[in-house]
Amino acid sequence: MSIDLSQFYEVFFEESFEGLDIMESELLALTPGDVDSETLNTIFRAAHSIKGGSGTFGFSVIADFTHELETLLDQIREGQRTLETYHVDLFLRSIDCLRDMLNALKDEEEPDTSQSSEITKKFLAILSGENPEANQDDNSATVVESLNEPSSESSLEPSDESSTDDNIAQDDGAKRWNIFFKPESHLFKTGNEPLFMFQELADLGELSVEAFTDNIPLFHDLVADDSYLFWQISLNSDCNKEKIEEIFEWVLDDAELVISCEEDSCEEGNSAAPDTGIEGIDFGFFEPIDTPVEAEPEILATLPTAAATTPAPAQTSVTTSPITSEDTNNTTTTITKEPKKSAEAASIRVSIEKVDTLINMVGELVITQAMLSQYGEGEFTENRRMLMQEGLAQLAHHTRELQESVMQIRMLPISFVFSRFPRLVRDISQKLGKLVELKLLGEGTELDKTVMEKISDPMVHLIRNSLDHGLETPDKRVAMGKPESGTVTLNAFHQGGNIVIEIIDDGSGIDHNVIRQKALEKGLIDVNNDLTEQEIIDLIFLPGFSTKAEVSDLSGRGVGMDVVRRNIQELNGSVEVNSVINQGSTFSIRLPLTLAILDGQLVTVGGNTYIIPLVNIIESIQMTPKQLNNVGGDLELFRQREEYIPIIRLHQVFNHDGAIENLTEGILIIVESDNGHVGLYVDDLLAQQQVVIKSLEANYQRVEGISGATILGDGTISLIIDITGIISLAGLRKQKNRINHNNHNNQQQMMA
Amino acid sequence: MDNNQLVELKTRTEQDEADQDQYLTFFMAGEEYGIDILSIQEIRGCDTTTCIPNSPDFIQGVLNLRGTIVPIVDLRLRFGLERIAYGDITVVIVVKAMLGDGEKTMGMVVDSVSDVYSVDQQESTRAPDVGDADNREYVKGLVNVGDKMVVLLDLKKVLTFS
Repeated sequence: MSIDLSQFYEVFFEESFEGLDIMESELLALTPGDVDSETLNTIFRAAHSIKGGSGTFGFSVIADFTHELETLLDQIREGQRTLETYHVDLFLRSIDCLRDMLNALKDEEEPDTSQSSEITKKFLAILSGENPEANQDDNSATVVESLNEPSSESSLEPSDESSTDDNIAQDDGAKRWNIFFKPESHLFKTGNEPLFMFQELADLGELSVEAFTDNIPLFHDLVADDSYLFWQISLNSDCNKEKIEEIFEWVLDDAELVISCEEDSCEEGNSAAPDTGIEGIDFGFFEPIDTPVEAEPEILATLPTAAATTPAPAQTSVTTSPITSEDTNNTTTTITKEPKKSAEAASIRVSIEKVDTLINMVGELVITQAMLSQYGEGEFTENRRMLMQEGLAQLAHHTRELQESVMQIRMLPISFVFSRFPRLVRDISQKLGKLVELKLLGEGTELDKTVMEKISDPMVHLIRNSLDHGLETPDKRVAMGKPESGTVTLNAFHQGGNIVIEIIDDGSGIDHNVIRQKALEKGLIDVNNDLTEQEIIDLIFLPGFSTKAEVSDLSGRGVGMDVVRRNIQELNGSVEVNSVINQGSTFSIRLPLTLAILDGQLVTVGGNTYIIPLVNIIESIQMTPKQLNNVGGDLELFRQREEYIPIIRLHQVFNHDGAIENLTEGILIIVESDNGHVGLYVDDLLAQQQVVIKSLEANYQRVEGISGATILGDGTISLIIDITGIISLAGLRKQKNRINHNNHNNQQQMMA
Repeated sequence: MDNNQLVELKTRTEQDEADQDQYLTFFMAGEEYGIDILSIQEIRGCDTTTCIPNSPDFIQGVLNLRGTIVPIVDLRLRFGLERIAYGDITVVIVVKAMLGDGEKTMGMVVDSVSDVYSVDQQESTRAPDVGDADNREYVKGLVNVGDKMVVLLDLKKVLTFS
């Protein structure tokens, strides 16, 4: 019987991505030098399940790759190796790489293994004892070069031998395999005998084994049945890797095993073979030296100790390692590549607790229903009526609760979005050479999943802006008497029916004079404007506005803020900025908790009921003739507090007959739009109520000026007005009228 | 016709031979039209609808069908026939059809529902090509049932609005 595993792929991918997220956030929480074993275990577990899963599903690329990662993690966990910053960097890169590969597999494409094999080599290099600081950055690569000669002399001979005579082996398919085998001390207790394994290896080809005795303790510490030796084996054979792995199959879990082929590794500078015996000495070795040699004497001098022993915490590593920027470059490019085919996940994970509440609610509902149907049977007495009324009240109560708990299912804590930012901030701050501390507050605040999916991009943008434009460089900060490291705070909380997300930085703030200057240059405002400071700061949300002199790849193209604002407005939200010079800026995003429900104002237009989203409405006014102006017969304006507001007659836009034509008899609803205030003229206001948004497009098509529909209490449908759509619709209509009007005139002339 | 009758109709016709297509027929301006019975979700009486602004005149509006927003097409107007007042036997046939990007549910107002026929696919003939008939594109074929002619409609075409 065969089981079609592909049906579980989706679950596997979902779990793997989740695992990667966990690994990422835990890695960022790790401080080299002060390693929390629980954190390491969490990372290890996540990696292990990814490896296991990918093995099961036959994604061997993933499994093999994760295996190397896991081996290193295991060594760190077991305390055989201390965690260094470059380990964390490498792990993070591996996570990016794994994510890419998983994405490719998910899209049923062949994953790109070039990056993974590069990282694998680095892992192997670390595992085989090199100080991979050399692998980490180019500057130290030059260091390595200079150190290369003496150190390899002082280290072990077999490496030199193997690297010199390996050319012979490569002919006629025979390869030189370098195997590093270091079993745990309990090897013998598990019934394994290395000697037999070596004999088996010898059957495969020409074998030479080198035993290292470095770990053998003093005689009185020696435990007779423990294994202290480890081996460097080189094998000339035409067999494949699997064959060799098969031999070590039984000891895989209890040993450090690195199998590498000279063929792959010789370009990398015989990395795997040589320096297995020198784990204790933390030098950098053997690195592809294809980078231009830059003399960096300072680093050169400090490297051997500094690289190995200074446990730079993630954020502060910026200053010590501008050299990692190249790596960061790589990671950011892979990140941007990622959402190529972002098939939105159609599934959602819900906590058992929420499901239980739901089941409870449904239970209550069933009981109430049973009760009601019992009362409904038989003769209908006054007593029954009372009971029935009570029952109905209960039913209403339960329905409402049920509605709320169903809504809860779609709600997820905002930490799902927040969790990706520590990594982002780390990468960007490294790139910019700024010191940044990221604070996350209110991570438990819940919000609708669809809103969450859409808010993440604008937030990324705002955070990048804060880091790039907001925060100053460390020396500048110190000069201003601020703490060297800047702080970016993400804060989320509920306020009314909204969720508010704040992005606060303690940087330089927004200088309204600069903004004004820039806006003047770009012709966005008039010289004689009398805008308040706040209004000027709001100009940054205009399209094409950027104050940054240079365009960086982070921000500065001036397409950012208006897109941010538009995205947020699409979610029926708003974004505000508050800024104090030299004290920092606060961006507040205000969003409805859910996209499924909206507070609406019911209005009538020619006997039809429409809904205007309450968030858009500023005020509703009955107009007096004095306040009305007419420009060119076409454009009607309403004057209020020295502001002229264009009037859009909804009945005209919607072509409804029987509406109130006289402007002073109806109601003007002033709403906020992209281009300032606009008045919508309606017949009358009805109630305000929460409405459930339903799609018109599901069964029909998009309707200009309408964002959706809802079902009112009496079962009839009412359409929800889309302000932006209405405005463009009204503009089109005016144009059309004008054309018709002209045509009409022409015709009259012709007739005359 | 209420739902029970429809169910009855369906069960009765299920006993017919399998390789035949079944069509529900309805009347409009004296003509009998047929649509594939499998695309029909339900048949219901006329209800008041909410009008959609700036929509073509044959879009009667939208209807709340147990929580789903369903657009209603007046088939008479769609075919360019004269509008008549809705009466007791005016019905809405709610159909599901694959249109464009997905399955859509729509209602069609017709004069009255007639019958269910099994039609052998070979029996149906193409509508004669007579130049100017705009509505010809909606017609999948013509078929004779007894001494009557039934026009089989292509739902996809009927319900796709440019």
